[in-house]
Amino acid sequence: MTINELKNLKARLEVRAGLISAVRAFFDKNGFVEVSTPVLIKAPAPEEYIEGIPAASGFLRTSPELQMKQLVCAGYEKIYQIGPCFRKDEFGSRHRPEFTMLEWYHAGSDYLELMAFTAELIREAVHKVTGNDELIYHGYKLDMSKQPEIIDVSQAYERFTSMTSKQAEQRGEFDTLMVECIEPELGKGGMTFLKDYPASRAALARLKRHEPGLAERWELYIAGMELANAYSELTDPVEQRKRFTQARKVRAENGLVDYPESESFFAALDKGMPECAGCALGIDRLVMLLTNSTVISSVLPDF
Amino acid sequence: MFSASDLRKGLKIQIDGEPWVITDFDFCKPGKGTALYRCKMKNMITGNTMDKTYRPVEKIEKPDLEEREMYYSYPDGDFFVFSDADTYEEMRISKEFLGQKIYFLIEDSLCQVLLFNGQAIDVTLPTFIEKEIVETEPGARGDTATNVTKPARIDNGYEIQVPIFINTGDVVKIDTRTGEYAERVSKA
Repeated sequence: MTINELKNLKARLEVRAGLISAVRAFFDKNGFVEVSTPVLIKAPAPEEYIEGIPAASGFLRTSPELQMKQLVCAGYEKIYQIGPCFRKDEFGSRHRPEFTMLEWYHAGSDYLELMAFTAELIREAVHKVTGNDELIYHGYKLDMSKQPEIIDVSQAYERFTSMTSKQAEQRGEFDTLMVECIEPELGKGGMTFLKDYPASRAALARLKRHEPGLAERWELYIAGMELANAYSELTDPVEQRKRFTQARKVRAENGLVDYPESESFFAALDKGMPECAGCALGIDRLVMLLTNSTVISSVLPDF
Repeated sequence: MFSASDLRKGLKIQIDGEPWVITDFDFCKPGKGTALYRCKMKNMITGNTMDKTYRPVEKIEKPDLEEREMYYSYPDGDFFVFSDADTYEEMRISKEFLGQKIYFLIEDSLCQVLLFNGQAIDVTLPTFIEKEIVETEPGARGDTATNVTKPARIDNGYEIQVPIFINTGDVVKIDTRTGEYAERVSKA
């Protein structure tokens, strides 16, 4: 960026600074401890569609999930972290290979409790930064004090597409329909939580006790933009090993790098992880909403 | 073949035997899902537009496109003959294909001809040409407003809207992309 472009960025970077201090104040007030886990790690979680960037003899973290969960296993009940994460080749209007993630874990909580907490976090942060609960974002009038809308993934496919979520999965159209037909309809007037994903998209989430075809996972949308992803965390080491093995198999089939198994993570999980819920939120995207920016590059300095 | 990760704004691709240019592009990725490449594109022959989303595994055909610099030479019945700036090889392009561009062809002017599978699909003329006005109502004296116009004719019969102050015998500049008056070059 030129000096002039950097000058123009100043107001947006000030909004970002205000947001981060509001986020810290909210977590501190709620008894969370801020932690820092390494950015350079031995092995990212093997997820089907997320690529780590190799660095030194390991990788730059794609998320702090496995490390923070080890802290949870060690008895840290409420922790949060704000820091950079890296995902290879993700370049788009809402994607950057390097971005800032806010991630937190709360022992004893579950994904539904976490919804209310997250909505309050966002409302309070927006209020602190802008002085009110309303945001105008590219034609959307957003009210953060409004009761968030909650919609099941299955309902969303029925309402906004011509097939059920199961059919969409079978035909390999799940992601395309999500992006083209569903996401633009979510969070039009405030916050929308899209919840209960098919078990095949559970990632590291626990399955529902009475409906094992679904995972206790939600994603938060505001103005059609995906902002956060949360789970009731999977605490069962046997199931977790099975999922990682499956993910590694898919990665191998797609010709992707095989990550070494995170031994310390499984050692901690084997000792026992308390029931807990966790959430990851893209700070840069929240800055986009607060500064009425449609592209992520408008809120990040680039050198 | 292109892979989906080659897609970007301005890339020219082939779908069902027709060339398309990508006019808008975005990488996106729904939570924990696969990467998707969303494109808006324009058909390079018909001008039709469409949206299309590609997945990482998809392969996309490369169109056989060639851009050649050619001089316009002479008319030949319902065709106009262009000759390659390097090889002098001649190519006949139909009157029907050229449309209103036939009025702006000037002998020996350098044009860009875009070929798809060897067939011309676009001809770009020099952006501005100069033409003498051969017929128009007499100009209103002292009226220099450019927003009030009247019809005028150039030597080959093409009718153009010009400002009131233009007279027969004036030479004007015409924008060949729009076919519209740009400015007066000299007075009669």
